Amino acid sequence: MIEYGTHVVAGVTPGKGGQTFDGGSGTSVPVFDTVERAVNETGANATVIYVPPLFAADAIMEAAAARVPLVVAITEGVPVLDMTLVYPFVREYGARLVGPNCPGLISPGECKVGIIPGTICAPGPIGLVSRSGTLTYEVVHQLTKAGMGQTTCVGIGGDPINGTNFIDCLAAFQADPSTTAIVMIGEIGGTDEQEAARYVAAHVTKPVVGFIAGRTAPPGRRMGHAGAIVSGSTGTAAEKVQALSAAGIPVADRPADVVGLLRARMAHAA
Amino acid sequence: MNLHEYQAKDILSRVGVPITEGHVATSPDEAQAIAARLGGTVAIKAQVHVGGRGKAGGVKLAHSAGEARALAAQILGMQIKGLTVRKVLVARAAEIAHEAYVGIIIDRVCKRAVFMASAAGGIDIEDVAATSPDRIKRLAVDPRYGFRPYESMQLGFYLYSDPAQTRSAARILRQMYQAFIESGASLTEINPLATTPRGDLVAVDAKMVIDDNELERHPEIAALRDESAEDPSEAAARRAGLTFIKLEGNVGCIVNGAGLAMATMDLVKYYGGEPANFLDIGGSSSPEKVVSALSIITSDPNVRVILFNIFGGITRTDDVANGIVSALAATPLAVPLVIRLTGTNEHEAVRILQQHGLSAMTDMDEAVRRAVSVVAESERGGRAA
Repeated sequence: MIEYGTHVVAGVTPGKGGQTFDGGSGTSVPVFDTVERAVNETGANATVIYVPPLFAADAIMEAAAARVPLVVAITEGVPVLDMTLVYPFVREYGARLVGPNCPGLISPGECKVGIIPGTICAPGPIGLVSRSGTLTYEVVHQLTKAGMGQTTCVGIGGDPINGTNFIDCLAAFQADPSTTAIVMIGEIGGTDEQEAARYVAAHVTKPVVGFIAGRTAPPGRRMGHAGAIVSGSTGTAAEKVQALSAAGIPVADRPADVVGLLRARMAHAA
Repeated sequence: MNLHEYQAKDILSRVGVPITEGHVATSPDEAQAIAARLGGTVAIKAQVHVGGRGKAGGVKLAHSAGEARALAAQILGMQIKGLTVRKVLVARAAEIAHEAYVGIIIDRVCKRAVFMASAAGGIDIEDVAATSPDRIKRLAVDPRYGFRPYESMQLGFYLYSDPAQTRSAARILRQMYQAFIESGASLTEINPLATTPRGDLVAVDAKMVIDDNELERHPEIAALRDESAEDPSEAAARRAGLTFIKLEGNVGCIVNGAGLAMATMDLVKYYGGEPANFLDIGGSSSPEKVVSALSIITSDPNVRVILFNIFGGITRTDDVANGIVSALAATPLAVPLVIRLTGTNEHEAVRILQQHGLSAMTDMDEAVRRAVSVVAESERGGRAA
């Protein structure tokens, strides 16, 4: 992140307060015992959390309680019951939580918070929101190669309960003057994409294109991500593709088709 | 992680939920002995991780120990929805005057644990949910305050008009919630919650599904895993730290990232192939994981080609390349390999592979098309790629 230009001003590891870590290129970053101390000393306004799964919920709550406005939780494996407590907590403190189990977000050329590789991104007018990690990279890579740079790419993560959902990002992209079109990448499990489709139909005027992973996933099996599971008949890829299409959102059959669909939608909207 | 009925009943009964006495048998002899000890009519119930066991003939009543033996002999070894029955629960049969449904799930929309209750319980709860959702009462629990006694009484009064049954049900629901939280469950169901002719409530069947992310902090629950109910490859993968789901096809897939892995399977199908598996080697770059992945995939005799699809962010593609080379050195492959690598250190990765006579593509579509055509060629008896 430092290499990309993000202003990393502090590290937090309980017990290592007073130490520093090498930020590369001659920079040195101070380490603090608590988030509160780090924020008081450095004015940090965002945090990225890599804390192991059984401690991550507490770390998220600590950050929110320290009034950090943006909390990005990379960690995979956070118990879902923990997230039922984290969610109301972060909202009470007015913090924006992204994740957990996500790669974070990046505004190409400006800043990244998380692990999305900067080398595959380029600045441009496309907003992207995705539940996936490497599938996000695949699509961003294709967009960049096609000359379609991005305003911001947000990985909302693969868990069933997360801090930021599709609608949150769609609303932000609709309100962002620099974003002219939006790509949403979903997968099996839950109803977030279906609700997002209804939101797009009612509130989003910018072109939106989608891709849904997991058309061939067997029902009842957790496909890696904790949230990627078809329960009974809810949350199938077919249902999501249907919902997006019904809302006027073209859905790519292959990741490689996203670029073409996006170009066509943008030309149509112009 | 799924628990068997007998395991769910054990957890629930330990917090006070009324069940009928029962024990697990793995042989007809054992079933007979248990039935003899229990006396009276017993239910012989297949213990497999699927619904619809009764409809499939996996749940039968035995009126004598001898009959218990005969029914157990029938049910043990039977296949229900592709799963083999290795255990039966032999339990005192309850007399059932009425059946209700009670369950707790994590609701992703309200982001809370939610109770569902219906006076129309029994085996057709899914039909009820689909056709008459108004016959189900839902109640979301605020995790900051827990399941309040007044909330348990609300559900109790919804299900029963008899005050004794209301109180009994409310208590059972509070016990269910306790078990749900203490076990790290994602689902807990009692269906049917039966009323006996005397008016007592009893849990005739119970189901629990545990959040996999809870197992690390609930070793006593993790120990309940029934490995004999798992596909051996899936068990091996889990122990190696990989996520692996066996499918029916012949294109083996090794991918980093669950979304990309699903998209790869979808793309194989799109190009006319059949994926043999879902396998996510995750974000770390250890060559050992690559070696494990290859050994698991190659143990599937259906696999005719192995497709690597690696997009390296955190994952270093040169580590993957080294993993492939190590694995091949230890065990040469009998099937062709198609490799797609893009991302961190890709030039180094390509160099490593080329040094060992392997090549890598950088385009995902090209790699999938190639893998599918390799299978088609081998099926036509043509030269393997």
